[in-house]
Amino acid sequence: MQNLLKTDEETMLTDSARGFLDQAAPVSEFRKLRDSGTSYDPALWRQMAELGWAGILVPEANGGADMGHAAAGLLAGEMGKTLVASPFLSTAVMAATALRQVSGSRAGEALTAIAKGELTYALAIDESAKHDPVKARLAAHKVGNGYQLNGEKTFVVDGGFADRVLVLARTGEGETALTLFDLPADHDGIARTSKAMVDARDAAQLSFENVAATGEDILGTLDDAMTVLGPALQAGQAALAAEMAGLATGAFDMTVGYLKERQQFGVTIGAFQALQHRAAHLWSEIEVTASAITHAGRMLDQDPDNATLAVSLAKARATQTAKLAVIEGVQMHGGIGMTDAFDMGFYMKRARVAAEWLGDYSYHAEQVAQCRGF
Amino acid sequence: MQEPVTFRAELQSWLAENCPAEMRDGRTDDETICWGGKGWEFTSEAQKLWLDRMAAKGLTTPTWPVDCGGAGLNRGQEKILLEELAAINARPPLLSFGIWMLGPALLRFGSEEQKQTYLPPITRGEVRWCQGYSEPGAGSDLASVQTKAEDMGDHYLINGQKIWTSYADKADWIFALVRTDKDAPKHKGISFILIDMSSAGVSTRPIRLISGASVFCETFFDNVKVPKENVVGEVNKGWDIAKYLLTHEREMISGGAQGLLGGRALGAVLADGADDAAPMDAVLRAEALACEIDGLAVALTLERYKDQAEAGQGVGHASAMLKYTGTELNKRRHELLMSAGGSDALDWEGVHGSLPADWLRTKANSIEGGTSEVMLSIISRRVLGLPG
Repeated sequence: MQNLLKTDEETMLTDSARGFLDQAAPVSEFRKLRDSGTSYDPALWRQMAELGWAGILVPEANGGADMGHAAAGLLAGEMGKTLVASPFLSTAVMAATALRQVSGSRAGEALTAIAKGELTYALAIDESAKHDPVKARLAAHKVGNGYQLNGEKTFVVDGGFADRVLVLARTGEGETALTLFDLPADHDGIARTSKAMVDARDAAQLSFENVAATGEDILGTLDDAMTVLGPALQAGQAALAAEMAGLATGAFDMTVGYLKERQQFGVTIGAFQALQHRAAHLWSEIEVTASAITHAGRMLDQDPDNATLAVSLAKARATQTAKLAVIEGVQMHGGIGMTDAFDMGFYMKRARVAAEWLGDYSYHAEQVAQCRGF
Repeated sequence: MQEPVTFRAELQSWLAENCPAEMRDGRTDDETICWGGKGWEFTSEAQKLWLDRMAAKGLTTPTWPVDCGGAGLNRGQEKILLEELAAINARPPLLSFGIWMLGPALLRFGSEEQKQTYLPPITRGEVRWCQGYSEPGAGSDLASVQTKAEDMGDHYLINGQKIWTSYADKADWIFALVRTDKDAPKHKGISFILIDMSSAGVSTRPIRLISGASVFCETFFDNVKVPKENVVGEVNKGWDIAKYLLTHEREMISGGAQGLLGGRALGAVLADGADDAAPMDAVLRAEALACEIDGLAVALTLERYKDQAEAGQGVGHASAMLKYTGTELNKRRHELLMSAGGSDALDWEGVHGSLPADWLRTKANSIEGGTSEVMLSIISRRVLGLPG
């Protein structure tokens, strides 16, 4: 029977992650990055790799910790609480999951490098303002013994700095004739333009002009991208949902702390029932979402072929809960919540980016609809 | 402990042989299920047979100890039992406040003699219990109960009135909160007492509700004599039991939110009434989908807290969150079902069966057992530590 409580091992992982991040990456560190125009801290990522986080989903044979998706979600949640910016989701969760779906020494070497924190990846999937992988139109035409890629990718998270990029391309006429290419990001013909994202993290526009690829560059098999990409996206969606749930908790803790200290009308504002009930409702929503997050991690670990409902449920709930937490966070802080000097705005902006990345509420609600007979 | 696989296999074959075909219609509504009690008239021979066979195995109260009439199952086994009953669409053999409320209270606070006296007849459906908590002047402020129990030496003399007593007119016994010390602070002068409804001086009057049903009653006590050994736990410590049961009741009420639609997906339920030629209204579909997402997450949260209780960590004040989210969700679901039914759902005797009455009934969910606002205040003070 699936159990939704943390195991002792998971509690230890969470506690040690919190301890490390409180010291190495509090929100003030993120503020420094933002102020300096840097999207992440490579030194911090090396430390995370030393702790085994970069290899959390890498097999032990490749030097990874191989702890599974529930554990990856716990780490993502702790990072979310203090807005830690890192290549964790794109590289350690999604690229590692994609690479694990294939055999061969090339994938094995990439996994080893990921676990060491020496290789970063970005996923180039989206082509319009809404996530919808099966609609990808970037073309990979057969030319001689290889392929030539032409088209545009948008919202490529970590695309500005990643060493390599997984590119979803159309290789045939059929709806599902999609292929995943694994290319160096500085490959001839790929132009990267970093976007000024509201959350101050990395995302790029990638243009492909006559980019030459070979059959060796295909991750998985021709015209069958989803066998490799599907599990990677689900892993990313579950971990991103966990990050958002952590973000909601971080914003909520700040807010309740403020309700206990701010004085108005001669009393602590947390004594007002109007605010108490808003806070209690928000806590309830966070608790309910936490169950969906754990469930998604358990399903990915135990029954990945049937995890679609669990993953989309988690992302849908986390999107709504994070949104509520940051809106209430600003409202209950009052004017100070609107200032740049205060951290709540960072939570709000990250929640909005995370809401769109890897499928928004509507996208995941539609997945739930398919699974539940709507 | 028996291996789950063996347990399931044996249960399957026992159920195949022992669950009468008529009891496999999947119905769970109050009108169809057996509630037991001295005055119960079985609606069919099959209903009686199903109750007797399940009770003989202890399966009407699967997790109660064997010597109290239960089957001594752990939660894993109970889950298997519920799954297997659902798999054959079996009706619950017995519903009662004795099972939900009094049993857990006696198992925790009752004397050995009280357990042996009162629990086995509950498991066999022989005695039907009701709950005497609320009073006209003690609703959300339950600790203000005024019904008094005077110490007359060898017995208590009870005088007062209870309200919202579910099925009091059909119950054999009532467990009630009474004031045994009028001078003590209000939480500290209350006792938890068991009263035979056939005692001289007890009378009931059903209250007609907006749903047309009269499940709730007013219950009057006029110089009712009750033996002193009928107090559960210590005299004047009844609030501890009341709090425990309120917590338990909140979990039960929130649990009902999953069960009311028989665990079926809202999409499938809505599709039942939909015209095949026309797709479901887009706005309604979007609302229903959001409700389904929240419902699935609430159901998982119940599972998580059951896991926590099973692990001996207790649920504590989080039960207020389970009650709040579960009941508000149930109201939302029924509003959607009514919308989906359109004018067809406005007919008391129409194609949607009991839906109009069920819809109205759900409005009490966020009032009974503590209102949503009381739940939010409990969370605010007890969980979040805000001043109050």
